[in-house]
Amino acid sequence: MPTFFERRQVVTPGDVLAEGDYLPGENTYVESSKIYASRIGIVDYENKKVNVVALKAFYIPRAGDIVIGTIVEVGFNGWTVDINAPYEALLRASDVLSRPFKPQQDELSQFLDKGDLIVAKVIAYDRSHNPQLTVGEPGLGKVTRGQIVKITPTKIPRAIGRKGSMISMIKQETSCQIILGLNGVILVTGKNPEDEDLAITAIRKIDEESHTSGLTDRVTQMIKEEKTKRGKTENE
Amino acid sequence: MSKTEKLIDKKGVRLDGRKFDELRPVKIEVGVLSNADGSAYIEQGKNKILAAVFGPREMHPKHLALQDRMVLRCRYHMAPFSVQERKSPAPSRREIELSKVIREAIESSIFIDNYPRTGIDIFIEVLQADGGTRCASITAASLAVADAGIPMRDLVSSCAAGKVEDTVVLDLMDTEDKMGVADVPVALMPNLNAITLLQMDGILTTDEFETAVNLASEGCRKIYALQKEALKVKYVIAKEEEAEEE
Repeated sequence: MPTFFERRQVVTPGDVLAEGDYLPGENTYVESSKIYASRIGIVDYENKKVNVVALKAFYIPRAGDIVIGTIVEVGFNGWTVDINAPYEALLRASDVLSRPFKPQQDELSQFLDKGDLIVAKVIAYDRSHNPQLTVGEPGLGKVTRGQIVKITPTKIPRAIGRKGSMISMIKQETSCQIILGLNGVILVTGKNPEDEDLAITAIRKIDEESHTSGLTDRVTQMIKEEKTKRGKTENE
Repeated sequence: MSKTEKLIDKKGVRLDGRKFDELRPVKIEVGVLSNADGSAYIEQGKNKILAAVFGPREMHPKHLALQDRMVLRCRYHMAPFSVQERKSPAPSRREIELSKVIREAIESSIFIDNYPRTGIDIFIEVLQADGGTRCASITAASLAVADAGIPMRDLVSSCAAGKVEDTVVLDLMDTEDKMGVADVPVALMPNLNAITLLQMDGILTTDEFETAVNLASEGCRKIYALQKEALKVKYVIAKEEEAEEE
């Protein structure tokens, strides 16, 4: 029952990861009792489960996910939202209005218009239907200020860190509000643009170096260095 | 060239100095276009080819979408300046056919059942052609698909073999293709040992055909190693160096 790679080694699609008594996990597939990788990523053998943490992937919606999307179309009884996935998501008018929707009197573009950003939650998705969103919960709804960063969706867990260590550190150091959309879109809201820029630089660094270890320490160090650099220029 | 000139001399050396089982020098780069979801560039001898992948995304026009699987669209196109005599930029009969065979060679490597109602677009632009462009295109397109993060069974590597004078040789260039006896392009998923494209142009005996397929498969495996290397360079090696510099 051999495995063919070390933990944390890089694999490419088609690499044989394990044979026999193992379970296929994320980004893997089975053919004639061998487990192969289906994406480029980093392999992880966890007990009997073989996972590949993808270095590049696209977002596939799941019920319960918080996502950040852009309105692309205002329809008759709802909106079409681009959530950075292969499928366009739907947001129903009655969901935003919190009362029955009357097409005669309600002009939908008054509530949300093309190009508006929203923080939303996926409530339903399966193979045969496009994902459906809701904004009827605290913390969800239209985005009015802040900046957007896009990273590879599979790297969101890395941006959160172990028990949220990474994200809470960035929030604390830059004093910014950060909302992570599981679709790889991140909203950063700070008191001033400089703080936001600092947080964005940190997030970009995580995206680029997600596969290296000791990243939280390096990002902390980078933020502190940037801060002293910026502090100096302000004093001059 | 004159008809008397030999394509292979007595020592078994070809016009460009290669031996019968030698590939042209191959250079591959992944992720060269920032606007595409995935991209790759390949130079194989004098061939220069760019491949870009968009998607998976909603199909437009919508009626082309299929309820049970993903749709692939592929465009193979030769730039007007890619050959000696200017080529009309309009898609020729040959280009339309190549688009189809390339699409089919790539399609069997992708899990198309996993993403119903979506589509991906593959664009292949031949900037300079010197024989064997369909093979180099498949090699580059497959890397572009992997670069787009689309789940696939294996990378598809492709290479041709053929008969020149009386010998079966690997990776024909333009003159060998035109003056030679036969040409056998092969596309292979090396880890699964599955052929996704096999064509033959010309006349070969059964034995010669088998030799050619085996020789081309060997060529594919050599290209496969280069493909993997190119993917890793984009995603890991370049970034680790960056991290160390800081």
